[in-house]
Amino acid sequence: MTKLSKAEVLHVAQLAKIKLTDGEVEKYAKQLTGVVDFIGELSEVDTNGIEPTSQTTGLENINRPDNVKAEAILTQDQVLSGNDKTFNGYFKVDAILAERSDK
Amino acid sequence: MKLPLTIKETQEGLKKGEYSLMELTAEYVKRINKEKDLNAFITVSEDSAYEAVKNSVSGPLSGVVVSHKDLFLTKGIRTTAASKVLESFVPEYSSTVVSRMEKAGAITIGKTNCDAWAHGASGENSDFGPSKNPWNKSYVPGGSSSGSAVAVSAGLSLVSTGTDTGGSIRQPASFCGVVGLKPTYGAVSRYGIVAMASSLDSPGVISLTVADAKAVFDVIKGEDGFDSTVKNSPPVKPKGKIKIGIPKEYFGGGLDPEVEKCVMEASRVFAKEGMEIVDISLPHTKYAIDVYYIIQPAEVASNLGRYDGIRYGGDRSAFGPEAVRRIMLGTYVLSAGYYDAYYLKAQKVRSRIIEDFNQAFRKVDLILAPVSPTPAFKLGEKSEDPVKMYLADILTAPANVSGIPGIALPFGFSKSHLPLGFQLLGPRYSEDTLFEAGEMFERATDYKPKLAI
Repeated sequence: MTKLSKAEVLHVAQLAKIKLTDGEVEKYAKQLTGVVDFIGELSEVDTNGIEPTSQTTGLENINRPDNVKAEAILTQDQVLSGNDKTFNGYFKVDAILAERSDK
Repeated sequence: MKLPLTIKETQEGLKKGEYSLMELTAEYVKRINKEKDLNAFITVSEDSAYEAVKNSVSGPLSGVVVSHKDLFLTKGIRTTAASKVLESFVPEYSSTVVSRMEKAGAITIGKTNCDAWAHGASGENSDFGPSKNPWNKSYVPGGSSSGSAVAVSAGLSLVSTGTDTGGSIRQPASFCGVVGLKPTYGAVSRYGIVAMASSLDSPGVISLTVADAKAVFDVIKGEDGFDSTVKNSPPVKPKGKIKIGIPKEYFGGGLDPEVEKCVMEASRVFAKEGMEIVDISLPHTKYAIDVYYIIQPAEVASNLGRYDGIRYGGDRSAFGPEAVRRIMLGTYVLSAGYYDAYYLKAQKVRSRIIEDFNQAFRKVDLILAPVSPTPAFKLGEKSEDPVKMYLADILTAPANVSGIPGIALPFGFSKSHLPLGFQLLGPRYSEDTLFEAGEMFERATDYKPKLAI
């Protein structure tokens, strides 16, 4: 049985940009172990020489002319309407670079 | 006012002047307000509904008052996906399904409750509180399209839309005693619908009769130029009389005896109508749920990656526990070192499940099976155990994994007076055959639509 350690849960949470409390780490370690154990049943199935399926439509490479579709374009105001944190027509985000402290 | 229960009845009543569309819409609003404890709606859009009535257009869905699962974007009407992340999100455009229905004359009355992000089989994962089963309020209505099934069965809207990623239309429809259509993957555009698992999501419809499911499907299906998985395909029809297969794997341990009895009774109805019933085998059925709980969370983790709180919605701390569970599980199965063992393996087993169906459909036109192993269960009964809750999808997920259509039909009640029913599955683009068999069943059993309340 695969058992997810707390370290693995924290690693996965970091990849997914989810912050967890200590209690949650413990809870998810237990619950995810249960689920991973249950889906592990798949190893019984012989898949030698079987191609994977990623979608079921049978379609491939759907192309369209490279034309602008006016009805699919929102105005800048519409795009910004979902958030109050805007400035001069832009979204405001937290700084990702800090000022150098060695200068 | 006596509420009309089908599209035909609604349109005839309007034509004869028994009620105006304004009166009819107001009647639905009144019923919604009266049945608030069912918690079927997250947002009731009565003002824009009355506005739409004033400017109503005529079409195949004239007079049809519709509610939409709160996953379908509705321009100017809040769309939350039942998550606190989108608590105050008002879309700037409508999904293809919504705009096609409105162009066909339908009046949007509101947005229905569901499991947050459509993650769940009971409605209990909604960040806005669970919906209740109108047949018995201490039971769940099923999920994730919980409020949609409740709205139709309680007469809060004539029809409702839903999405079926692992059973989320068929299972709640069955738990609430109404009709639920999961179309072929690729028959109905997903444009403007909050994405759950992109290779599985099938937008569809919940109604009181098969004819109404067909009427809505005929309006919403087909290419829209926005979702390139959608294809206009001619209907797949049986060569002669419809032949129905019963897969033995769907009748294993854990199947409630009352559910089993109901499905076998349905097979006798079809046999009496002259359809040939044959035993078939879908040997990889039991693995579909494992495949589903790898592929689905993987796609969920990817789709929910966009919620960063920058462009719209709250930040990632607003995700509820089930969304976090699925994001974590999906991220895990896709992460380095586990991808081959889980995700790639699941995609290969997915091919084997599809091959099972392909082989079966060489012998039969449709498959008859139970929808869920049990009738509706009690609120709180499974909410603490994710694996137990995930197993509620065990008989519906195979159709999603394979991209085939299915329809859930109501048929009788259990001893404790909860709705029972069954599902019919068909090959890709066989919706018309599902409707034909469904309508034949309704005629044979003298089915009359009936509201729970």
